[in-house]
Amino acid sequence: MVSFLEFEKPVAELERRINDLRTLSDAGDVDVVDDIIRLEKKLANLLESTYGGLSAWQKTMVARHPQRPHLEDYIGGLIEEFTPLAGDRGFAEDPAIIGGLGRFRGRSVVVLGNQKGRDTESRLKHNFGMARPEGYRKAIRLMQLADRFNLPVITFVDTSGAYPGIGAEERGQAEAIARSTQTCLQLGVPLISTVVGEGGSGGAVALASGNRVIMFEHAIYSVISPEGCASILWRTSDHAEDAANALKLTAQDLKKLGVIDRIVGEPLGGAHRQPTDAVTSLGDAIAESLQELQAMSADELRRDRREKFLSLGSAGVA
Amino acid sequence: MNWMRDYVRPTLRAVFKRSDDSEEVKWHSCKKCGQMIYRRDFVAAQYVCPQCDHHERIGPQERFDALFDEGVYQLIDMPRGMDDPLKFRDKKKYADRLKESRSKTDRQEAISAATGKLAGQRTVIAVQDFAFMAGSLGVGAGDAFLVAVREAIAENAPFVMFTAAGGARMQEGILSLMQMPRTTVALELLREAGLPYIVVLTDPTTGGVTASYAMLGDIQISEPGALIGFAGPRVIEDTIREQLPEGFQRAEYLLEHGMIDMVVHRHELRDTLAGIISLLIDQRRAGGDLPLLANASSGA
Ligand SMILES: [Zn+2]
Repeated sequence: MVSFLEFEKPVAELERRINDLRTLSDAGDVDVVDDIIRLEKKLANLLESTYGGLSAWQKTMVARHPQRPHLEDYIGGLIEEFTPLAGDRGFAEDPAIIGGLGRFRGRSVVVLGNQKGRDTESRLKHNFGMARPEGYRKAIRLMQLADRFNLPVITFVDTSGAYPGIGAEERGQAEAIARSTQTCLQLGVPLISTVVGEGGSGGAVALASGNRVIMFEHAIYSVISPEGCASILWRTSDHAEDAANALKLTAQDLKKLGVIDRIVGEPLGGAHRQPTDAVTSLGDAIAESLQELQAMSADELRRDRREKFLSLGSAGVA
Repeated sequence: MNWMRDYVRPTLRAVFKRSDDSEEVKWHSCKKCGQMIYRRDFVAAQYVCPQCDHHERIGPQERFDALFDEGVYQLIDMPRGMDDPLKFRDKKKYADRLKESRSKTDRQEAISAATGKLAGQRTVIAVQDFAFMAGSLGVGAGDAFLVAVREAIAENAPFVMFTAAGGARMQEGILSLMQMPRTTVALELLREAGLPYIVVLTDPTTGGVTASYAMLGDIQISEPGALIGFAGPRVIEDTIREQLPEGFQRAEYLLEHGMIDMVVHRHELRDTLAGIISLLIDQRRAGGDLPLLANASSGA
C-alpha cells in the first residue's frame, strides 16, 4: 500500500474507486472493465498534472516520503558485492552513514550514504540518517581508502542534517563536517554525489562536494529546513511553505543556479511509486557521469572540483 | 574595584536622568558583570572588562587597529558582488535587511580584510563582523574570504582569520551553503602555497562557518569564553530536551575536548600570533636549514 500525502487526496480517491471496480470485475461483473480503463487513464493524467506542478513545499513532502527509496534500495539495486565497512577508528561506528566497497556496473567503487531507516526500530538504530562526528570521520576514512586504491566514490545523500546533540558537539561535529568536505575536495578519484531525498545543510555538503552533483527530480537540497527557516525568519514554523518557496531548494532551482549538474527524472507520481525504475534511472545517470570523468587524471579531477565550487560566487570572483 | 559599582553607578543614573547624552557615551556597561567602565579606558583595554575579563564583541576596525604595527594597514578592496541572488523575502525583503546592515556598520559585507605588518611580518588578516547580519556567510562574505586568501598568496603572507557568525546567510539559500566548499577550496590554494592559516575563533562562531573554514586552521586559537559549536545551544536543547552542562560549547570546553590549540586573552593575542607565525615560517624565511651546531659551517 502506498501511503498518500495531503496534496495527493484526489489521487487516493481515484485509486480507491479503481480498486473497488477491480473487486467487482474479479467477482465477474464484466461491465466495469471500460470504467476501469477510463479511470486509469484519468489517474495517469491526474498524477501527471499533480506531479508536473509540485510546489517547493510539496516536493519537500515527497522528498521525505516514508516509502521513498532509501540507501538500502540504491545499494541493493546498483551495487554488487557490497561489503560494508564500519567505524571511524577513533570512537565509534555511526550507523547513520553507511559505507563500504562494492561493484557498480562491474567497476569497483567506494559507496557512502545516509541511512534513514524504514520502521521505528531501524530509524532509531540509524538515528533517522542524522550523523554524528564518527559518521563523517568514517566517511573521511573510506574516501581516503578509495583515493589510495584509485576507486571512484559514489555518495547517496539523504539527511535532514547532522545530529545536534551534546556528545556530537563534544566530539567535534563541526570539525568532522569541515574535514569531510575538505576530503571530498582533495580526492584524486572521481566523486559522484547524488541527493536522493533530503540534502540538509552542512551535514549534506560533507558528502556532496563532488565532481558531479546529481539530484532526483523531487529531491530537495537546502541550507536549512523550511521549518527551521520559518521559525527563525517568520518566528513561526507555520510559514514553512513560504520558506520552502523562498529558499529555492528544488532540483530545478538548483540546476538553474548552477549548484547541481544533472536532474534525474522520477517515475510518474514520485520515486516511491516505482522504486525499481527510480533506482535504475539514477544508476544510468551515475554511470554516464562516471564515464565523463574516467579519462581525467587526479590533478584534473581536483581542478574540476575546485573550479566548480569556486565559481559559486559573484561573477568574476573565482 | 567594587567601589565603581557602588559609587559610580548611582551617580551615573543621576547623570542619565539629566538625559545628558554626551555623558552616556563616555561610559560602557559590561554586558556580563554590569560594571561601568569609562569608555576611553575600555577602548584602551581592547574592549575587555577590567572587572570580569569579559571580551566584548568587536569589529574589523578594532581588530586591525590593535594587531597591525602602529595601527597601520591597508584595507583589501572587495568586489561589489551579487546582492540578493534569490530575491528572498520573508517578513521583510532581504534587500532591505542588507541595506540596513550596510548603513549600520558602514561595511559592504560580513567579512573585511586588511594587509599590513604584524611584528614586522607581512600578514593578511580577515575579520568577520557579527554586527553585520550576525556575521553570516553568504556569497559576498565568501567572495571576501576568497579575495583575502588570494591576497595572502600574492603577498606571500600568512593568513589570519577571525571568525564570528551565527552560520550561513539563509536568505541566500543554497548559494550560502555552497560557500562552505568554496571557502574550503580557497584554503586548499593557501595550503598549496605553503602559507600558514591561523584561525582565531571569537564569540560566537556557530553553524556552517564552524563546519568549514573556522575549524580548518593550521593553528586554532580562541578568545576566552567564546561560544563555539555546530548546532546552537537552543537547537540542541530543543532536540534532546535536556539542560546543557555548565560551560558547554565555550572556548575552554573546546580546549579541554581537544578541538583547539589554545585559549588566548585578547591582550596577549598579538604577541601570540606574532610568535606562532614567526615559528611557522622560519624555514620559508631562512630559505633552508640553519646550522644546528656551532661548527657546522666549518664543514668539520
Ligand atoms: Zn565585566
